[in-house]
Amino acid sequence: MGYPHKSHPRETAVLSKHFGDAEARTLDGWKKRGGYRALEQALQMSPGDIVNIVKDSGLRGRGGAGFPTGVKWSFMKVGDGKPHYLCCNADESEPGTFKDREIMRWTPHALIEGCAIGAYAIGAETAYIYVRGEFTEPIRRLNDALKEAYAANILGKNAMGTGKRIDVYVHSGAGAYICGEETALMNSLEGKRGNPRIKPPFPAVAGLFGMPTTINNVETLAAVPHILSNGAEWYKAMCLSNPKSTGTKLFSVCGNVSKPGNYEIVMGFPFKDFLYDLCGGPLPGRKFKAIIPGGSSVPIQTMEEAEATLMDYEGFVAQGTMLGSGGVIIFDDAQSIPRMVARLTRFYAHESCAQCTQCREGTAWTTKIMDRIVAGQGTYEDLDTLLELAENMTGKTICVLSDSCAAPVVSGLQKFRHEFEALITGKRSSTVAVSSGAAA
Amino acid sequence: MSAHTAPYEPVFVGARKQELDDVLTRYPTKMAALLPALWMVQDARGWISEEAMTEVAAQLDLTAAYVKGVVTFYTMYHQHPVGKHFIQVCTTSPCLCAGADKVVDAFLEHTGCKELGVTSADGKYTVIEVECLGACGFATPVQVNLDYIENVTPDKVPQILAGLK
Repeated sequence: MGYPHKSHPRETAVLSKHFGDAEARTLDGWKKRGGYRALEQALQMSPGDIVNIVKDSGLRGRGGAGFPTGVKWSFMKVGDGKPHYLCCNADESEPGTFKDREIMRWTPHALIEGCAIGAYAIGAETAYIYVRGEFTEPIRRLNDALKEAYAANILGKNAMGTGKRIDVYVHSGAGAYICGEETALMNSLEGKRGNPRIKPPFPAVAGLFGMPTTINNVETLAAVPHILSNGAEWYKAMCLSNPKSTGTKLFSVCGNVSKPGNYEIVMGFPFKDFLYDLCGGPLPGRKFKAIIPGGSSVPIQTMEEAEATLMDYEGFVAQGTMLGSGGVIIFDDAQSIPRMVARLTRFYAHESCAQCTQCREGTAWTTKIMDRIVAGQGTYEDLDTLLELAENMTGKTICVLSDSCAAPVVSGLQKFRHEFEALITGKRSSTVAVSSGAAA
Repeated sequence: MSAHTAPYEPVFVGARKQELDDVLTRYPTKMAALLPALWMVQDARGWISEEAMTEVAAQLDLTAAYVKGVVTFYTMYHQHPVGKHFIQVCTTSPCLCAGADKVVDAFLEHTGCKELGVTSADGKYTVIEVECLGACGFATPVQVNLDYIENVTPDKVPQILAGLK
């Protein structure tokens, strides 16, 4: 459902069906809604069979990269004698994204069930749910649900009476966007600074504590029980456009829009209908100007591009951007694009782990130049410098934080250059300075 | 600061030591309990002092320097005391375009905090801007200590402050 709004008839509520329904949070309530039947079924199957069903379903990672989940799971060599780990990435910090928070707040058992199935499928006895530290309510909901699941012997050394051990723990982060990067997440979980690691080795070879590890997003894992219960064909059939993008996807919608919130649609849904019908269009008297459709790290779209987009992995790429995490940020005609881009670059400068020179220096300098432009003190040379910096920040670092900082700058300059130039020539100065960003 | 003159009282005694021991059973290494242990310190003391870092280091067979390196990486660990009500206003672009900067101004005005990050004279409030709280559809979200307050607008600020205990 379009939480906090009522479900729209054109939504397909699978993961969000019980958002807003407090009873679904409890074990009894969850079981009444069909909960833990998929886990029971899974524990009777071989791990390989589960992996094959997930492969056949076409489920792809919902955290941003879109890697096929079943294929990722198949990299784990079950029975190699080493401890395996599952990490659930619940470090949801990508500006514009707030879907995992709702999954954890309203349906914590859905995630725990998905984690338990995932852990069993990859030969792991332990799953850690790494939740960003700010998410105190989701953490509380998950811990309450875990307590119930342990008390009912759903988890533990004899999970559901099968003699199989499955432990699920919540691990709280402490404020660092970069810990949503999977190798940084593992370092953080190990009690280290959240610096990303160089790959290879990939996590499936040497991940958490040096052992084979799989990292999956909250939404990905929450979809798994539904796939096991209803079958791969059912999931695969939920597709309106490209057959490589299947199932439902939660989109978080925010910014200058009538009805912000989460919406769940079938992959391939027309973005134009989504924006004007489901989300209610612009605020009264306003027009949409630009959209960042996949969290702040993906390129900005013009409305022309956005309205021609079909909402799946391929559809967003075809219109100059990416699906990313599904965090749709909408700016209307009252907003200055340079000002919004400047604030995003400040975000990346603040969140850089500072390991790689290109990122540490690049995000800081980009922010200084952007602030200068927004303050009406920029020059035409600054625009060239921004692009040159972006070039040096893309594809040259251990992780993609640096690339993510460059994306809104480059796409902003490509598509809204006139707004940057207007600030430089003084035709139109941004009325409000970018806030000073004194975050600790 | 008076906190430095009083003798240091260890955090990990009694129930807290027991809690830390329980946490340690979840991981194959002691180091992995570092973030949870630091959270326990902050929960008990409101911030993480150098003495506390030394204590945590001893509990987990780490060096104090290592612990400090980790503490300083994460923005949520306070390295100095903060106001009783620690107010974090999200001002990243999705909230900024919805007017988060005006919410910041309102908090500064009504708390008597002269500037961001500087605790009010009565010790009650510290206001900072925070990077994306992950609640963008409920702009502007504000985190007060551990709790989120959603859909905050400047006019609601006096009432929010009056409701803080």
